Amino acid sequence: MEEENNLLDAKKQNILENSKKSILANKISVKKNDKFYALLFLGPSLLLLILFIFYPMLKTIYLSLFLTNGNGQNTVFVGLENYVSLLTSSTYLASLGSTFVYVIGVSVLTIFLGLLLASTASKNVRGSVFFRTIFSSTMGVSISVSAIFWLFIFNPSIGILNQVAAFFHLPILNWSTDPNLAMISVIISTVWMNLGFAFLVLFSAFESLPLSLYEETAIEGVGPVYRFMHVTIPLISPTLFFVSIITLIESFKSFGLIDLMTAGGPNNATNMLVYQIYQNAFLNGNYSQASAESVILTIIIAILTFIQFKYLEKKVSY
Amino acid sequence: MSIEFKNITKTYDQAPVLENINAEIENGEFFAVVGPSGCGKSTLLRMLAGLIDITDGIIKINGKQINGLAAKDRNLTMVFQDYALFPFLNVEDNIAFGLKARKMPEEEIKKRVAHALEMVDLSDYKERKPRDLSGGQRQRVALARAIASDAKICLMDEPLSNLDAQLRVKMRSEIRDLQQKLGLTLIYVTHDQIEAMTMADHIMVLNDKHVQQIDTPLGIYNQPANEFVANFFGSPKINILSGNYQSNNHEITIDKYLKIKVNKKLDKNDYVVGIRPNQMDFETIDNLKEGNASVKNVSNLGSQTIVSALLDNGQTVRIVKENQLSIAPGERIKATSRGDAFVFDPEKRNLAAISVGV
Repeated sequence: MEEENNLLDAKKQNILENSKKSILANKISVKKNDKFYALLFLGPSLLLLILFIFYPMLKTIYLSLFLTNGNGQNTVFVGLENYVSLLTSSTYLASLGSTFVYVIGVSVLTIFLGLLLASTASKNVRGSVFFRTIFSSTMGVSISVSAIFWLFIFNPSIGILNQVAAFFHLPILNWSTDPNLAMISVIISTVWMNLGFAFLVLFSAFESLPLSLYEETAIEGVGPVYRFMHVTIPLISPTLFFVSIITLIESFKSFGLIDLMTAGGPNNATNMLVYQIYQNAFLNGNYSQASAESVILTIIIAILTFIQFKYLEKKVSY
Repeated sequence: MSIEFKNITKTYDQAPVLENINAEIENGEFFAVVGPSGCGKSTLLRMLAGLIDITDGIIKINGKQINGLAAKDRNLTMVFQDYALFPFLNVEDNIAFGLKARKMPEEEIKKRVAHALEMVDLSDYKERKPRDLSGGQRQRVALARAIASDAKICLMDEPLSNLDAQLRVKMRSEIRDLQQKLGLTLIYVTHDQIEAMTMADHIMVLNDKHVQQIDTPLGIYNQPANEFVANFFGSPKINILSGNYQSNNHEITIDKYLKIKVNKKLDKNDYVVGIRPNQMDFETIDNLKEGNASVKNVSNLGSQTIVSALLDNGQTVRIVKENQLSIAPGERIKATSRGDAFVFDPEKRNLAAISVGV
């Protein structure tokens, strides 16, 4: 009897231990599974990021510390020599200056016009739906098409702009040869390109403004300018902040329009940082210098974005 | 400040939303505009405020026509359903916003804001942003802004509908107190008949583009102009039943036990009878073959019991008794009338006769 009992007890013990083990094993396998699935889901984007962002970034920094030959192979390690020569080169500094002029001109104009169009289109007047479509349509135009389109407009001899000017006996301007005018023409074209996106985002902010706040201001007798500055702008400030950062970064990076319209000319007037990187790397074969320029551009954009977040965000009310 | 609506009509793209609205509101009156959603009550309020155009008719304030006047020149203030607070301004600046925009002297603004905050008991919260306030506090900021503007006409568009039930009861009396204290002429739009009944001096019932009735709360309850008004006011809802008129004894028969006597001679055979649930009575019947109804549902509210029952002729009745009852669904009852009832014309649905006691 006793033996039997003992045997039963032992069996029970055995079963208990086994089940404990299997529970433990289960836990471990769940953890292993979690990691596996995490990697599985992160994998594709991680792979793409490493391949197209992190590796080129590190490679660029690495290249910028060497001299390279025409095939892009490193020859001599020169430390920060590339950076020093860039920051003392008058061409580069001039390019830095024109980039800032361009970026500020494009950002300010895009946001100002975007606000103007969005606030106009958000009014419920006849035909506003039609204009909403028109205003946002530049988002669907490719850069090369719009570059050619603007070239036709600005062309000194056959361009529409000068023909209209001639018709009204206004002075005929040399848009492609005068450095200042070339800059203005590039800014105008870029603003036109960017406006669709800025308009669309700002318009959606205008559409979501609460009606009752505006009814309140009507009853309180608030004037339209005061209302715009003290009610509308604070209400759309998160969107405004977003658009301003995107526009700023995008205009720092703009390349296509410049390449097609002016190719950096005349006399380097529109030779922006990105365009110079392209010239150095792919026309002059000076990869190390181009790499150093890329690193500097990245730092500039990072600093500006940081400043925007730090100072502008304080004024944004969510 | 008295207000007068004369033949007000509003159409949107030729479709009328309000037709021939007439009303007079006296100085210092609490005037409630009640109706189901979409009946045009907010539209009426916004026409008075000057936020939307009047298609036809005249609105007068203190006897002066104000049709073309801009909203800001009508010397009134409005409290909105969503409170219309500026999310980026703190409580103090929210209240001062309109005054600042009108370039009032700094001293005067400070005085008014402090006074308004005190009136709504929010002085300790003046630095807070709206998002850091509870629903009831936000509501009070909106009230404080109305107070600070010092206008003598205040319009409120469903101001309590975003609050929970308990807070709503509390704010009802607060708004009423404030209105009395400041001597405001208050136009109060709501879909809640209890709000209108408890707060207003006079109620305008709007439905289907037209004014159904304008009367005191008790007038509306005791003498509803038509079936709609009777249906809209009172909780639980009035029983609307169909019955036959017998000219020989001036009685309307709903079924063999449920009959009412009318006070005058009627000329049709079929009528619609409205009996409020508290004007119904019943006794329980043991024999399943007797009585005239079976209990469907019982709600015990503590102070009263609401019984809903199915009459043998297919109509449903709600009966309220002012005590706690132990009665279960399925039981047989004999449902009767205590006497008070309204008789409505079967086609026009307006009040044809009143029955007071049997």
